[in-house]
Amino acid sequence: MSEQQTTGTAPPAPAPAPAATDPRLLVREKGFAGYLEEFARRIRGGELGSVPVIVGLLVIAVVFQFKNRHFLSADSLTNIGVYTSGMGIMAVGIVFVLLLGEIDLSVGSVAGVGAAVWAVLSVTHGVDDWLAVLIAVAAGGVIGLLHGFFFARIGVPAFVVTLAGFLGWSGLQIWLMGKEGSINTPSGSVVEDLTGYYFEDKAWAYGLALVAVLAYAGSLLLDTRRRRAAALPFRPLGEIALRTGAVAVIAFAVAYVLNEPSGARGLPLALVLFLAVLVLADFVVRRTGYGRRIFAVGGNAEAARRAGINVDRVRITVFGISGMLAAFGGLFIASLSGGATKNLGSGNTLMNVIAAAVIGGTSLFGGRGKIWSALLGMLVIQSIQQGLNLLGMASEIQYMITGAVLLAAVVIDSVSRRTQKTAGRT
Amino acid sequence: MSAPPVLALRGVSKRFGAVQALTDVTLEIRAGEVVALVGDNGAGKSTLVKTVSGVHPVDDGAIEWQGAPVRIGKPHDAQALGVATVYQDLALCDNLDVVANLYLGSELRTAGVLDEIAMEKRAKELLDTLSIRIPSVRIPVAALSGGQRQVVAIARALIGDPKVVILDEPTAALGVEQTAQVLDLVERLRERDLAVVLISHNMADVLAVADRVAVLRLGRNNGVFDVADTTHEEIVAAITGASDNAVTRRTARTGRRTGRPAKEARA
Repeated sequence: MSEQQTTGTAPPAPAPAPAATDPRLLVREKGFAGYLEEFARRIRGGELGSVPVIVGLLVIAVVFQFKNRHFLSADSLTNIGVYTSGMGIMAVGIVFVLLLGEIDLSVGSVAGVGAAVWAVLSVTHGVDDWLAVLIAVAAGGVIGLLHGFFFARIGVPAFVVTLAGFLGWSGLQIWLMGKEGSINTPSGSVVEDLTGYYFEDKAWAYGLALVAVLAYAGSLLLDTRRRRAAALPFRPLGEIALRTGAVAVIAFAVAYVLNEPSGARGLPLALVLFLAVLVLADFVVRRTGYGRRIFAVGGNAEAARRAGINVDRVRITVFGISGMLAAFGGLFIASLSGGATKNLGSGNTLMNVIAAAVIGGTSLFGGRGKIWSALLGMLVIQSIQQGLNLLGMASEIQYMITGAVLLAAVVIDSVSRRTQKTAGRT
Repeated sequence: MSAPPVLALRGVSKRFGAVQALTDVTLEIRAGEVVALVGDNGAGKSTLVKTVSGVHPVDDGAIEWQGAPVRIGKPHDAQALGVATVYQDLALCDNLDVVANLYLGSELRTAGVLDEIAMEKRAKELLDTLSIRIPSVRIPVAALSGGQRQVVAIARALIGDPKVVILDEPTAALGVEQTAQVLDLVERLRERDLAVVLISHNMADVLAVADRVAVLRLGRNNGVFDVADTTHEEIVAAITGASDNAVTRRTARTGRRTGRPAKEARA
């Protein structure tokens, strides 16, 4: 096994202090050397994590900036951020479904239905704007629960259920939109603000960055203190400082770009909402029993069932979450395009959303992935689109390039799975 | 022994359609004792275990728990009583780490949030008291060897503080060294005063750790032997149902065994 070999090849540990430690035990050595060694071991074992995406983002930034010096301008980056938000929220829902090892092909149509429900209620029937938004999101949730019911209880493959949903719900969307086929967003409505509102006061962006960094550092320090009190291995302070530093650089760089350069509009509300969804979803997935059950069902449904987990309920609710987030994302798309239309969410929306989750590093095979992959993957896709738009590239070329990037991501996923198998992991 | 057995089956029968899987089976399991359940394929070992673990409720007969009659109708009933079963396929989630697997379905929480630190601490303590060596409690189970996975699965059965642990073929797929580790673990369970039911095809393992051997043949009891004063041949004879069978003929021919003639099975 690889970890035995790698720890074996390390210089024979200079007489490890307390008694009989098994030489095969994975103990991280103190300091950065140990940290680097563990990192290298993971990479060799095929646990690539976010590395390929971050490298990809850097390459994209350098290449497009080289081709067009407006790519990294405040305006362009703000656009990327806002466009990332709506579809990124949909991608979060897809990450939930992928963690189960399933797929949801209906998110585009559900987004369209969500936008249509809001538009018909709010604009045509004069329902209160907030209420209409809530009903639209809830409708998406109900649609998702319905998919989950057919999948989990009736036993129809999720692929087929959501493919039927893909057709059926886009039919409902067109029917709801009626003859005109489009309903414009009235000015001053909640949905217009979703992507149109910016916190212009510079304090907002810097303040949010500061809060994020403090919260991150605080949670790491608290965790370390509790682990130390419980006599468990804990992160060394150096590592915490390094991680906090990295987060701080990213957070304040983003805040700076949103605030300072000419053309900057401040902190977009869309980005704040997206971050809120990400943080909440990440918390649910990693820190709650519900999240643990999702991973368990995605890893081995039979084992989960025997451990007393209600597998059906997990499956149904996960599809519900996916539908809800799809409808919420649909409102963002409506906001960006100026209203709900007959074909909102059609075209390559579905592809982009699934591609984002996979590019970000969530496995198609279930049980492995992170919520943050929705952000990273969608950033890749939107950066490419923004860059190609700036270069005046035709949309057919954009399709081909996005397709190639998706293929590359899936290849990395499959190859890293194979490496992990040979390294004794799945 | 004066204390009533932890778990006793009295005249248990189970029928699946036309197949009478168990007929009038009696079995007593006491604390601090390892009972091996042996029998040929189709003898009813798995069915018997499933009646105790609540997968198949019994048709007829009684189950007694510490002397009092109980009904085990579903897996939850068995778990509530304190019967933990480790199935042959282990039922671990490969993508989750050891701690998560140990506590799967019974996670510790503080204020609704998973208490990873408490779980990791207790998992380490449990693995230490069982002398289980694994590279780290925070690596995915997929990275463990077959023997390590087996001991993790057994350790997981202990999380709910059971009184009876049922191990279904725990050494079937293991190498020599790993088998020894699992057998060590079985002995440690006995030291913790648990009642252990060990299902195995491997007579060497059975004789190495069991205190008593209960033989099933064609769904009926076919003798209970004290390991201390029983020979391999006696048990094999009880399993196969006759002293003249392929195994004894082979033994006589090759003379690899002690050469003592196999006795008649006690019916």
